[in-house]
Amino acid sequence: MLPLILTDVSLWRDGNTLIEGVSVTFSPGTKTIVLGHNGAGKSLLLRICHGLMGPDSGSVAWAEKSPEGHRRQAMVFQKPIMLRRSVRSNVTYGLKVNGVPKLRRQEIADMNLKRVGLADIASRPAAVLSGGEQQRLALARAWALAPDVLFLDEPTANLDPAATQSVEEIVEEIHGGGTKIIMTTHDLSQARRLADEVVFMHQGRMAEHTPADQFFDSPASAEARAYLNGELRW
Amino acid sequence: MSEIFSAFAIAFELIVSLDRELYTIIGRTMYVSISAVAMAALLGLLLGAVLAVYRFPGRRAVIVVLNALMGLPPVVVGLVLYLFLSREGPLGFLGLLFSPTAMVLAQFFLILPIIAALSHQFLRDLYLEYQEQLCSLGARPNQVVFTLLWDGRVNLVTVVMAGFGRAIAEVGAVLIVGGNIAELTRVMTTTIALETSKGNLALALALGIVLVFGAIGLNAAAYTLGGVSTYRRI
Repeated sequence: MLPLILTDVSLWRDGNTLIEGVSVTFSPGTKTIVLGHNGAGKSLLLRICHGLMGPDSGSVAWAEKSPEGHRRQAMVFQKPIMLRRSVRSNVTYGLKVNGVPKLRRQEIADMNLKRVGLADIASRPAAVLSGGEQQRLALARAWALAPDVLFLDEPTANLDPAATQSVEEIVEEIHGGGTKIIMTTHDLSQARRLADEVVFMHQGRMAEHTPADQFFDSPASAEARAYLNGELRW
Repeated sequence: MSEIFSAFAIAFELIVSLDRELYTIIGRTMYVSISAVAMAALLGLLLGAVLAVYRFPGRRAVIVVLNALMGLPPVVVGLVLYLFLSREGPLGFLGLLFSPTAMVLAQFFLILPIIAALSHQFLRDLYLEYQEQLCSLGARPNQVVFTLLWDGRVNLVTVVMAGFGRAIAEVGAVLIVGGNIAELTRVMTTTIALETSKGNLALALALGIVLVFGAIGLNAAAYTLGGVSTYRRI
């Protein structure tokens, strides 16, 4: 279903321009990291790509539209949203709404819970898990849908270093299976570890879209240079 | 003073000796109120969930009206239903006036707004929490309605119990449409009112004691259920 092509996408709320004229093409295969300050429009851009919000102008187009289009993409949020059910049911629920037959659901759920290391606590209520475990469950829930594209919105912002590391490992593993990763972060070292290419957002605009090596060594835009040098600019 | 003590003594005797009249009235009361609550819960919970999820013209008006009707005076419900069911009324041909069915209807209309409004308030908050995740997984609005009803079930039991408490404690509506006919439409509250005015304090007191202990038992059950769920959510 990739590439995903955004053309001149803008978003306004209450007279403020939140996203302005973003045109970008997300190609298959790479891990794209969306970088920028708080309030730069990273999360909004991700929500627009995923289809949770519609842009006020411009267009969001997938290369091919399959009848089961929605299932081929998934999203993991900064604060994991846990259904008030067991760990396993949180995964099977996503499969159920996407029409996976009942017998297959259990099997797929158990396989994905094993992949993220939650198989032993599959029957516990999801709400009693720790923050790191909840985020891994959110990853398993997304992974179970076998998406072509996985969006992640600051998935480790609330986690300690150990939990962050395991989330990053899982993301790498999902990517290894052929899933395109599009992830926001404000953590520069995380961006260096994960990024194949960087989309840098500044004040609602896309300041640059470059391969990771080039971005970190010699950023093209003045905004990105200031950001990398740790200068406060907004 | 001694009159009160002897009334209590006879009341206890009626309860302990399984007095036929007393327990017939309790049984009829349960039949009327449980039927009314079952119907009101079926419709009210669904209405509450639909109002929480779907956006349609006039939705706000429906919510305002439901909230206003929560405090509906029972005698007014009784009066309106009486007008409809009386021989001259539009539904007079059904011959339901002064029957237990009429009393079920009266309590149904009395508690439907309570169950619908309270469940809407709770499910709206739950929907706010779930919205992005369910949308991301690709759940359709009709699936979301049933997800909210299932995941909110513990709190919804409390809502239904509030409706039951209101139904069983109410006098005015069932008195008007039931007529308080011995062996036919006499329930606990109407009997208490009648027997007290006749000076037959013992039966009235016996019914009162059962009603109070029933209410305490019900609230204890609701509290326990709520407590269990809070524990499970931590």
